[in-house]
Amino acid sequence: MAILETKGLEKRFGGIVAAHDVSIAIEQGARHALIGPNGAGKTTVINLLTGVLKPTAGTIMLDGRDITALDPHQRVRLGMARTFQINQLFLDLTPLETIGLAVSERLGLGGDWWRLVGSKHEVTEEIVEIAERFRLADVMHVRTATLPYGKQRLLEIALAFACRPRVLLLDEPAAGVPEAERHELLATIAALPAEVTVLLIEHDMDLVFSFADRISVLVNGSLFVDGAPEDVARDPRVRAVYLGEEADA
Amino acid sequence: MLTIIFDGIAYGMLLFVLACGLSVTLGLMNFINLAHGAFAMAGGYCTVILVNRLGVPFALGLPMAFLVTAVLGGLFERTLYVHVYARPHLDQVLFTIGLVFMAVAATDYTMGSSQQFVQIPEALQGQYNVFGIGMGKYRLLIIVVCGLLTIALQLILSKTRFGSRLRAAVDDQRVARGLGINVGAVFGITFAFGSGLAGLGGALGAEILGLDPTFPLKYMIYFLIVVTVGGTSSITGPFLASILLGIGDVAGKYYVPKLGAFVIYTIMIVVLLWRPQGLFARSTAR
Amino acid sequence: MAAAGLVRPLDGAVTVMGALADDVSTYLKRRARWSPLEIAFWVFAFATIWLFPGKHLILTETAILALFALSLDLILGYAGIISLGQAAFFGFAGYFAGLVAKYGFIDEPVIALVVSGVAAAALGFLTSFLVLRGSDLTRLMVTLGVSLMLGELANRYSDITGGADGLQGVTIAPILGRFHFDMFGHTGYTYALIVLFVCFVIARRIVYSPFGLSLRAVKGNSLRASAIGIPIKWRLVAIYTASAFFAGIAGALLTQTTAFCSLDVLSLDRSADLLLVLIIGGTGYLYGGLIGAVIYKFLQDWVATLTPQYWQFWIGLVLVVIVLIGRQRFEGWIAGVRGAFAQLGTRQVTRPAALGSAAPDGH
Repeated sequence: MAILETKGLEKRFGGIVAAHDVSIAIEQGARHALIGPNGAGKTTVINLLTGVLKPTAGTIMLDGRDITALDPHQRVRLGMARTFQINQLFLDLTPLETIGLAVSERLGLGGDWWRLVGSKHEVTEEIVEIAERFRLADVMHVRTATLPYGKQRLLEIALAFACRPRVLLLDEPAAGVPEAERHELLATIAALPAEVTVLLIEHDMDLVFSFADRISVLVNGSLFVDGAPEDVARDPRVRAVYLGEEADA
Repeated sequence: MLTIIFDGIAYGMLLFVLACGLSVTLGLMNFINLAHGAFAMAGGYCTVILVNRLGVPFALGLPMAFLVTAVLGGLFERTLYVHVYARPHLDQVLFTIGLVFMAVAATDYTMGSSQQFVQIPEALQGQYNVFGIGMGKYRLLIIVVCGLLTIALQLILSKTRFGSRLRAAVDDQRVARGLGINVGAVFGITFAFGSGLAGLGGALGAEILGLDPTFPLKYMIYFLIVVTVGGTSSITGPFLASILLGIGDVAGKYYVPKLGAFVIYTIMIVVLLWRPQGLFARSTAR
Repeated sequence: MAAAGLVRPLDGAVTVMGALADDVSTYLKRRARWSPLEIAFWVFAFATIWLFPGKHLILTETAILALFALSLDLILGYAGIISLGQAAFFGFAGYFAGLVAKYGFIDEPVIALVVSGVAAAALGFLTSFLVLRGSDLTRLMVTLGVSLMLGELANRYSDITGGADGLQGVTIAPILGRFHFDMFGHTGYTYALIVLFVCFVIARRIVYSPFGLSLRAVKGNSLRASAIGIPIKWRLVAIYTASAFFAGIAGALLTQTTAFCSLDVLSLDRSADLLLVLIIGGTGYLYGGLIGAVIYKFLQDWVATLTPQYWQFWIGLVLVVIVLIGRQRFEGWIAGVRGAFAQLGTRQVTRPAALGSAAPDGH
């Protein structure tokens, strides 16, 4: 059963069609990659999926439930989380506080205005567990703004993960990460639990082909090809449109 | 009833002349200038001094108000405002409120706190009776002058090179700069012009709105309402908003005296709820 | 399918993690403890009751202003909402308290105080939806508009509010039936100070709670906040309502301690002065409003002896100068003060040594 499904998703900005008739079905537990040339509309699709943008047409179903009209925070509650292409973090907070926020919200404790932060043991335990998993334990108390980029990127993913999503949308997680810190990042992504469905937008073809079990190609807002990695890699049309342009990508 | 509409239009057009400078400033530089009313007040007092005390004819007093205030505006812009453009909105608010307080207190000190009246020439006192509508001569003058000004403004904006530079800069400052438009100079000139208009409006309006040191504080909200409801991306927006508010206010105060002032506030709140960017703004406004 | 890799740390590390979680808990709770400086502050504050017996009237005004500023700090410093209309809640509750006392609806002042606060909170709740939408300017407009509207209302219905003359004939019953308000303001000051302290404690809890942390997140990056499940709208409504409550308590306090209420409680002056107080004291650490209020009152007292009539001019000048100097630089000068009260919600970069060395690194 597809856990995340879109039917005829479309987004217009005035005269510009950023996404057209996008229909994707992602299976539970899949590792699905969305690739395409720059400006193809990949981030638009993620924004539509998460509710940051409202579609001009089409529907989005999460686990059989129509979520097209829901606000972003409501979708998170239903189990969908995302990372951003450019880090969107709380620069004045520490990773501890940041992850703690997501965990708190998820457990329904986020609105509590009388209890002191840190008094619920289940929350602090989970924060530590996540920090460990994402190799952030040593920088837990450092203000986010002063963290090195690689750590920030890890925090970006850790934060989405802290929402314990059923579907995780990663928007170019490796973007801007220096060579030295890539390995850590890629290993972390590879180590994500099998139950979590992952939709990955990436330009890094090594990552895509080593990680994905299914690839969709988006060109000029429309779905071009959708299939297993070997098939996509062999498809001459994809070669022409995308892989052939890799010289200037 | 028609007299009320007539009065309302006069009031609205006056509001427009007073507020359009503010609208352009906000749209152009995203700068919240709460001290705009102070320039209006300056124009009013300038005319009072010239006409009442120095015997300058009224017809000359008005343009003088414009000139003096425009120069004042230009000066302030170059020396003070220019430092605050890049600041967050809160700073701009604090800065301009500070200026207003200073202006109000200084005016109180130098001119006294009582209301001032401009000596209107004989020819403008009384009213015409046209088809049973009582048209105050002074209000008629306001409509004529403001109407001409509005047309002139629209022409400048749409027909002159300066106008197109201004419109470009309002639309997208960065791109305008990239095209070689000297946005700083455009803004300086516009600010001076807008302040001058405010001064002219203050002089014209002294008779109708009442001129005393608290003028900027009393009327600031009205200017802000015009700008918020009318949006900042055109001349027609604030114009229509002013007329709407002018008629609304006059009619409200006439038909429902106890709650008359609320008509304006209610309109503002309703509009803001319905369309946060203003009634006539582009949908992609900031 | 991706390689599983090392998904969970080995068993031995789990015990370490449990210990780590304890450390984190302790660290967080320790941060929320009252620092010695804070305790000293409040001890001194209460000591002023005995230290300055002749100054109780102006000290009461200061305490009320401090509470009022605290209310604005909650939305400005923690949630990032610019408001020129806090006076609306201040004045509304002020008149409310005056009227219930005058017509004997509620005799006991403490009850009346709380009820007035709740009334202001209700007003805050109703208007909060206006504040959520639109840009900074829209919010400014709406908040200003609401307070000016109330001012108009108070002016129009002068048969109820006393109009420009103010609310007459207000008598306040003794607090808890025992403590009479006296002419020198002794009871009044003690009362105001206790109320300020209680409200401060509540505000402090709010700020240190998960809710408070979420507000800081919303202020810092609202896009990400909603992306981790924070219902931004409701959080902002909540803090705006809470802020209205505190502002209302301050307004009601003013009426109760002076047995009078007039139109200036709803004026723009009041909202503007409040902004100045917070600029002086700094926002985002709760004590800014209190410290700013003390400095402001001190300045006002001093300048008033020089030029009583044109106080507004000097306020204006101070505002202009502060902005020109640059609030950042100005804040830098206050940063020292903030640092001393540092735990209260500002960035804190202390790394408990135990935690740093015990944490197992990635492989």
